[in-house]
Amino acid sequence: RDPSSLSLGDTSVLAGLYGPAEAKVSKELPDRAALEVLLRPKVGLPGVLERSREQLLRQTCEAVLLGVLHPRTAISLVLQVLSDAGSLLSCCLNAACMALLDAGLPLTALFCGVTCALQPDGTILLDPTARQEQEARAILTFAIASSERKVLMATTKGSCSVEEMQQCLAAAQRAADTVFQFYRDSVCRRYSKS
Amino acid sequence: RRSGAGLLVTKCGLLRHRPGGGGAYWVDSQQKRYVPVKGDHVIGIVTAKAGDVFRLDVGGSEPASLSYLAFEGATKRNRPNVQVGDLIYGQFVVANKDMEPEMVCIDSSGKSSGMGIIGQDGFLFKVSLGLIRKLLAPKCEIIQELSQLYPFELVLGMNGRIWVKAKTIQQTLIIVNILEACEYMTAEQRKQALAKLSGN
Repeated sequence: RDPSSLSLGDTSVLAGLYGPAEAKVSKELPDRAALEVLLRPKVGLPGVLERSREQLLRQTCEAVLLGVLHPRTAISLVLQVLSDAGSLLSCCLNAACMALLDAGLPLTALFCGVTCALQPDGTILLDPTARQEQEARAILTFAIASSERKVLMATTKGSCSVEEMQQCLAAAQRAADTVFQFYRDSVCRRYSKS
Repeated sequence: RRSGAGLLVTKCGLLRHRPGGGGAYWVDSQQKRYVPVKGDHVIGIVTAKAGDVFRLDVGGSEPASLSYLAFEGATKRNRPNVQVGDLIYGQFVVANKDMEPEMVCIDSSGKSSGMGIIGQDGFLFKVSLGLIRKLLAPKCEIIQELSQLYPFELVLGMNGRIWVKAKTIQQTLIIVNILEACEYMTAEQRKQALAKLSGN
């Protein structure tokens, strides 16, 4: 069992990735790796919200992971929320991607999470704090892939029009560049040490 | 990997190039988890004996199997003396994603060439795969510097496992600590640490 772990920012999430390891016979898939995501909140037991986020993360990760190279194995991703100051889901997405990268699992693309908050007056805020999230009319979270900035996952809380969603998406795609540059810098720093 | 008409990069790391021959490009990546590859020499721990076959834990997703006939000079009457918990140094003959990995302790000509059961005592520990590759490079400085410190026996497994045995337990533990720390130390820091130790 070798965990790779890291945390990001004010909202911090610790991600540990275990695998590819032996899977239980009931859970193993014959042609690909079985990915399991566990999200633990800072206080309390995981509830329905954590379960739905785990499914979102799992589907995003499965879209980029080359599971066919490791059939009949299990890959577990455990995320522990250390502090929550807004934009939790995109922080989890970023931590998950960096954990996959760090563990050396084969990926077709990298992904990053960006949260947009739509204010009541129509302005778009990227990476909102908890206060801004509460005041906003709608919060949209996108998972954006590194190859041609395609959208891997989009989830919305609140209501917004189609044009507003398109605008948020465009802003998120621009912001994704900053995150990918951060990944690149962290990896460079890591490899320069050895 | 090949995807469509082009190539797809699947792991992160440094891109390296070897100009000789046809030229080769590869990605040097850091990893801790081992994935069995055919031809790799690894250290395995015997976990079970199942009839004619030993099950070895090699740090991958499945236990590897080792037949009792795959030792030098082993016949049906002359079985090797392997117990549960022993360390074995062998190489993979079958290692792909669809099948259980299989190991042997003899090479293609039937000679053991250093493989087989690793002796008593000594200390087994795990490091990252990148460090093992560095140590296995020809003329590795770390090993030359360490051998000037104390004499010791060393077995390196490509699955990240290292077995060390020196004359006393203290010397063994010192060597273990230096090898583990080598991953993060630069060359000067290592030389300083070794100078301090040989001065003591």
